[in-house]
Amino acid sequence: MADIHTHESDVHDSTYAGLLVNDAHWAFGTDFEDPLAGVDTTVPDGVDPAALAAYCLMLGDDALVLSQRLAEWCSRAPDLEEDIALANMSLDLLGQARLLLARAAAADPDMVPELPDGSPVPPEDRLAFFRDDRHFRNVRLAEVPNGDFAEAVVKVLLFSSWRLALLERLAASRDAVLAAVAAKGVKELAYHRDFAGRWFLTLARGTEESRRRLIAALDGLWPLWPELFESHAVEQVVAEAGIGVDPAEVAAEVEVVLEQVFAASQIDRPTRGALAGVQGLKGRDGRHTEALSRMLAEMQVVARAHPRGQW
Amino acid sequence: MNEPMKAEWPLYEVFVRGKRGLNHVHVGSLHAADDQMALRHARDVYTRRNEGVSLWVVRSVDITASSPDEKDPLFSPSGDKVYRHPTFYDIPDNVPHM
Repeated sequence: MADIHTHESDVHDSTYAGLLVNDAHWAFGTDFEDPLAGVDTTVPDGVDPAALAAYCLMLGDDALVLSQRLAEWCSRAPDLEEDIALANMSLDLLGQARLLLARAAAADPDMVPELPDGSPVPPEDRLAFFRDDRHFRNVRLAEVPNGDFAEAVVKVLLFSSWRLALLERLAASRDAVLAAVAAKGVKELAYHRDFAGRWFLTLARGTEESRRRLIAALDGLWPLWPELFESHAVEQVVAEAGIGVDPAEVAAEVEVVLEQVFAASQIDRPTRGALAGVQGLKGRDGRHTEALSRMLAEMQVVARAHPRGQW
Repeated sequence: MNEPMKAEWPLYEVFVRGKRGLNHVHVGSLHAADDQMALRHARDVYTRRNEGVSLWVVRSVDITASSPDEKDPLFSPSGDKVYRHPTFYDIPDNVPHM
């Protein structure tokens, strides 16, 4: 980017002017980083590429689907600042999803949907926009409709507390790409959890109405919580291979975090049981709530109408 | 609730120090319920394009500002005193950073 100057230099300018370079650069930012710069993209020895791809799809779909839900808040949040905060988090997750879906496609090209010859749509976009709900591997917490702001706070708190613990361990993955994506994601999720934790406390200690809504939101989402810590066969395989994390392993430490938030907020841990799957199959198996197919219909309609489109 | 909440969050002024900047620069304002929320709102609203490495927020009511009515007595007297700038010295070529 060319240097941007806000005013003509002149003989009476401050001597600091030269040191500042120019006083507009804060508005654009500099030194953007490529999270995968210099990262070895070969699949590590002894790792089944199909299992690696399936695992990347799980983590990528979690991020993609919640990203879309958070993006639906755009222009609908209680105030401008929260509107932007939710959009920022949505974009963080979209960035994680893009890297993870690209990794999935590179490890197992067979999983990428076919498009007409000559389509310029990249593999990660094919996975995002040309799969039906049954091929999505996200946990169901990510897909449920938005509800009110208290539900957004609770959903982000639950999701980011869980995913932060997963990615902290995943940063030590033998797969260099997963390790790099995790290292980047940890910083983002630490902020998401901080945001949601503070709002949880604020709503709990706020008005009678805010506390009532918070408790209702927590109660409503709680049946989706246990699913996050159930190990799927794919997660067990990649955990044993040293490239992935078995979510059951992080359950205890995530519960400690939640208990702290509940205690500070004087909120009782909900007691509702887990939402059952369909014949035991849940989000990680591609069995979702009806809400996901409706969400995908809106998310995918433009891309599907233009399979040769370039964006 | 029968009566809608009318209370607005207080206004804060936001200052960002850029990566290569020496000083915090005023970039705008926002609403927040308290100081910590203001800092986080400032992060979300004013540093999302990789602009900053440090943030200050201050309640707008805590800033004492000069009045436009005082503009002439405060600032006009310096308008014709060009000799206050050290621009009338010959600076030797071997003196840098001037």
